[in-house]
Amino acid sequence: MEFQIIWFILWGTLWAVFFMLEGFDFGAGMLLPFLGKNNPEKRAIINTLGPVWSGNEVWLITAGGATFAAFPTTYALMFSYLYSALLLILFALIFRGVALEFRGKGGSPAWEKGWDIAAFLGSLLPALLFGVAFGNIFRGLPIDAGGYHGSFFTLLNPYGLLTGILFVLLFIVHGALWLSVKTTGDLSVRAGRLANKVWFILLGVAAVFLVATYFATDLYANYFGNPVWFIVPAAAVAALLGTKLFAAAGAYLKAFYASMVTILTVVFTGVIGLFPNLIPSNIDPAYSLTIFNSSSSIYTLKIMTVVALLFVPVVIAYQIWIYRIFRHRVNADEIMADKEAY
Amino acid sequence: MDALALSRLQFAVTAMFHFIFVPLTLGLSLMVAYMETRYVRTGDELYLKMTKFWGKLFLINFALGVVTGITLEFQFGMNWAEYSKYVGDIFGAPLAIEATVAFFLESTFIGLWIFGWNKVSKRVHALSIWIVGVATNLSALWILLANGWMQHPVGYVLRNNRAEMVDFTAMLTNPYGLLKFFHTIFSGYVVAAFFVMGIAAYHLLKKQNTEFFKKSFRMAATFGLVSSLLLFVVGDFHAAEVAKTQPAKFAAMESVWDTQKAAPYNFIVVPDVANERNTVEAIGVPKLLSLMAFHDGNAEVKGLKEFKKEERPPVLPTHLSFRAMAGLGMLFMLLTLIAFVLSRGNRLELSPMFLRIMLYALPLPYIAAQLGWIVAEVGRQPWIVYGVLKTSDAVSKAITPGQVWASLFGFTLVYGLLAVVDIYLLTKFAKKGPDENVEVLIETPVRATQAQEV
Repeated sequence: MEFQIIWFILWGTLWAVFFMLEGFDFGAGMLLPFLGKNNPEKRAIINTLGPVWSGNEVWLITAGGATFAAFPTTYALMFSYLYSALLLILFALIFRGVALEFRGKGGSPAWEKGWDIAAFLGSLLPALLFGVAFGNIFRGLPIDAGGYHGSFFTLLNPYGLLTGILFVLLFIVHGALWLSVKTTGDLSVRAGRLANKVWFILLGVAAVFLVATYFATDLYANYFGNPVWFIVPAAAVAALLGTKLFAAAGAYLKAFYASMVTILTVVFTGVIGLFPNLIPSNIDPAYSLTIFNSSSSIYTLKIMTVVALLFVPVVIAYQIWIYRIFRHRVNADEIMADKEAY
Repeated sequence: MDALALSRLQFAVTAMFHFIFVPLTLGLSLMVAYMETRYVRTGDELYLKMTKFWGKLFLINFALGVVTGITLEFQFGMNWAEYSKYVGDIFGAPLAIEATVAFFLESTFIGLWIFGWNKVSKRVHALSIWIVGVATNLSALWILLANGWMQHPVGYVLRNNRAEMVDFTAMLTNPYGLLKFFHTIFSGYVVAAFFVMGIAAYHLLKKQNTEFFKKSFRMAATFGLVSSLLLFVVGDFHAAEVAKTQPAKFAAMESVWDTQKAAPYNFIVVPDVANERNTVEAIGVPKLLSLMAFHDGNAEVKGLKEFKKEERPPVLPTHLSFRAMAGLGMLFMLLTLIAFVLSRGNRLELSPMFLRIMLYALPLPYIAAQLGWIVAEVGRQPWIVYGVLKTSDAVSKAITPGQVWASLFGFTLVYGLLAVVDIYLLTKFAKKGPDENVEVLIETPVRATQAQEV
């Protein structure tokens, strides 16, 4: 297999894993003001994320770094074209990270309230804007010989926003399921109930998205070209339905796993449709950035492949180990008594 | 200002702000790891208290280091797209490797360290902070190999309108990058040592938690002395490497205008850039500059006039920053030596004057580290990659001055706010002293009550 294709798969995988993991962080952050009825509950929510959120976020850094190393031209143009959107994501992520770390260290209700807002917006904005960004990548950007002919507001087209809303809803359901399996008592019950309810909205938006994708993008061309690939979106639909089946039966852990599969397969659905493009041009296909015209040299790709094959499995192994250590539910009363907790 | 000037300013602001947090992380992580190891080995609760107290300050600082680091990785693409396109084939690799082999480790195991006190054994818990400490230093290695490549590009060819990597090993063993790595981590260790000594001095002056802070001070004094000596030695080699590979930067650092053999070192220099000379050159030591630059008293030192005017770095900031940094480096050796002798002889409390000096000296290594980066980055101008790509050719074509104004304004606002929060939290917890200590309750009842309300 060509090294560009290996790196395309890796590139998609890094993003997919990032959304699968950070998705519940974003979801829990968005639900913080709604599910956390009092300070102990809010702290319980934040402490379910405490041990894992920073490790999750590195998948984004690695996805960014991998884009830089493997597809530098795409990295350069994508990041400068999407300047304002990325800037907002950056600020949001900064505030969110700091909110999670510092909320419990100030000591006054006003301090906590301020960081609650930061955690909420810091979760909602990236969820929405990553969706908008990917929606626009699926749709293609207005690129030709003169460069990029758009602005931040061109990104806020109906399909981009629809993808943004899809991401937000996927992550809310994902986060609610996470909280239902990671907290105790009433909070856990309410989280499960919320996941069950929001799922219906998610289903509606997902259906609209699948249809809109046919009209707004060329993603389906690869699928019609080789229908075997339809197995991936089919798996996404099945996993989405499975999420509900498990959640309705009260099997929230299984529902959470199904939700993980949903997010993975949704991202791969988009990525497969993009191939071999990384950023299609929607005004002149000759200027589309593909994995072949924007990649690093084969020498660099070979070295990066060795690094990835050696270290990514190690990362996955120790992250699973950490998740296992912190597999227990977080109890609001215990958190209030714990000095090390957030 | 145009997008280029604004992007440069923005990179300077965000990189320098990021580097407020990095050096402390590099050194304090290892110190906290050592404290916890002592606790695991001896079972002495004092070491546990030290681990938790200094660990808390470490975590506040660490969080800001992490969130401000993401900005830099994104900025290469956002503001420096032409640079990223041109050198991504070789420059992207160390950044991606850093994330994969180092950043994952520190970000994952920091969670285990914070939340794992009752979840894993003492040994595994102590191991987790060692992993964080080693991984942050490993992070620095990859980042500085990347920066070292910008300073002294190796292992590439110009092909397909860009710099392509042809020799990965050459980049890994680039002497410039490796010297920069050691210079940077030792400066971080000095920052951490002065941080601990400064806060310890504050408490010792107030005579609170004396045993706790004497022990912390002593540990930091030893660490600081060794580190500042190593910093000096590496600094010397680093300067020699600059003289060899970046003669224009070296000439600007020392404000040397005319090429000369057996060049003297002048302790007092006042550059006159407009007339390409120095108005004052005093207290000269013959041959010393040649000796420093090439470890040979008769060697030839290139002057700025050897280079076209438009290929010379800004002389004043490079020269002044370098002199101030080097002077501070000397001061650190002196102060840590006194600190070491006094703390070993158990005579710290007898010298309130020295304790006060150490309290106010806390910011100095931070300043020295920033000055060092000014020398490195301003001194490399007008090049972004020395001799290969000019900074003016590196900026993104797709961004407008308005966009960069907005982002620069945003960064200034956000980072200003973060700085306030950081200083507030660090001061609060540093002043509060270690937890569960009876002494605090007796000696400062007001502060203790506030702490309880918290």
